[in-house]
Amino acid sequence: MNWSLWLELHLHFCMLSLLAVGGALAIVPEMHRYLVNDLQLLSETAFSQSVTLAQIAPGPNILLVAVMGWNIGLQAAGGFEAGGVAMVTGLLMALSLLTAAVLPSSLLSYFMVKWLHLHQHALSVRAFKAGMVPLVMGLMISAGWLLQTASNPQMDWRLLLLCVASMLIVLCTRVHLLWLMLGGALAGAALGL
Amino acid sequence: MAQENVAPRSRTDLFLSFTWLGLQGFGGVLAVVQREMVDRKQWMTLSEFAEEWALAQTLPGPNVVNLSVMFGGKHFGPTGALAAMSGLLLLPGLLMLAIVIGFQAFAHLPVVASALHGMGVAAAGMVMAAGWRFWPTVKQHPLGWPLGLAFAALSFALAALMHWPLAHVIGVVGLVSCGLTWRRLQNKDSA
Repeated sequence: MNWSLWLELHLHFCMLSLLAVGGALAIVPEMHRYLVNDLQLLSETAFSQSVTLAQIAPGPNILLVAVMGWNIGLQAAGGFEAGGVAMVTGLLMALSLLTAAVLPSSLLSYFMVKWLHLHQHALSVRAFKAGMVPLVMGLMISAGWLLQTASNPQMDWRLLLLCVASMLIVLCTRVHLLWLMLGGALAGAALGL
Repeated sequence: MAQENVAPRSRTDLFLSFTWLGLQGFGGVLAVVQREMVDRKQWMTLSEFAEEWALAQTLPGPNVVNLSVMFGGKHFGPTGALAAMSGLLLLPGLLMLAIVIGFQAFAHLPVVASALHGMGVAAAGMVMAAGWRFWPTVKQHPLGWPLGLAFAALSFALAALMHWPLAHVIGVVGLVSCGLTWRRLQNKDSA
């Protein structure tokens, strides 16, 4: 990993931090486009693993950025086979990208909160809030779709069915997410998908 | 309802409380945040929480992180904000990396790879469901639900199918949508 690429990644995630209206999942499509399609720093498998494992671990969703950073750093330094150096690179990359993804928006929150408190009923704020909702909805469904295609590149109908079932269960029942993930893991392993 | 709010005792209190909060949050953290901040710690009332959460959602960036920054900053300034935010991210982040390393050590086994595929599509379904949760809001949209749904579909097409950069999607769809909403609300206010 050379310095200019690292700097470019860092700055790109700083920008994404400020574009992340709707939270971490809303920038997943952009991370896929940028890291998998354009820069090819992550494979589809590494991408889907990063988002998936971030869902089964506790903590805010934005931590998936740290997992992507870990995977990018680890791969760039030669993978697990390269040993300690690769793991340190992965750790530093995780820290760097996570910092980039949360710091600009946090500074904005810190300095804007008083202003926003006073103007939360202003026309411009209400228009921005309501106007962005359809966009956030579209982006989150995009994130789910890209994750589906990344985990299921062959478009196996059984995996597709599992995806739809998981969506319906979340929408219609109050089953804990961890049970759903366990169900997905068991179904995947049992069917050898 | 006549609850006396309790202030966080120190930056350490903030750090530890948000660490505990982060460690309990699977998938969505909203329910956990509310239970911890309102019921257990009594840092704010339910209506105060609803207002703070709405503000945190308006601003870009991860919502819980924004909330931690706003709350920590209110009580202890910049270092309070930093304490709350790092509590939320540090230990949960390390735990997450440990889980990732654990899985990757066995990812070459076919059965683990299959399990990961199954979990991947299950997680994809959850994320789609999280997006679909906005439907009731879109149905009540000032622009009417057909236009709201059209903007959602357009952002899906541009982001997921045509792989547009997010800045362009927001620049085009977001600007038009917010602009039209602004005009509609303005007409409503003056009517």
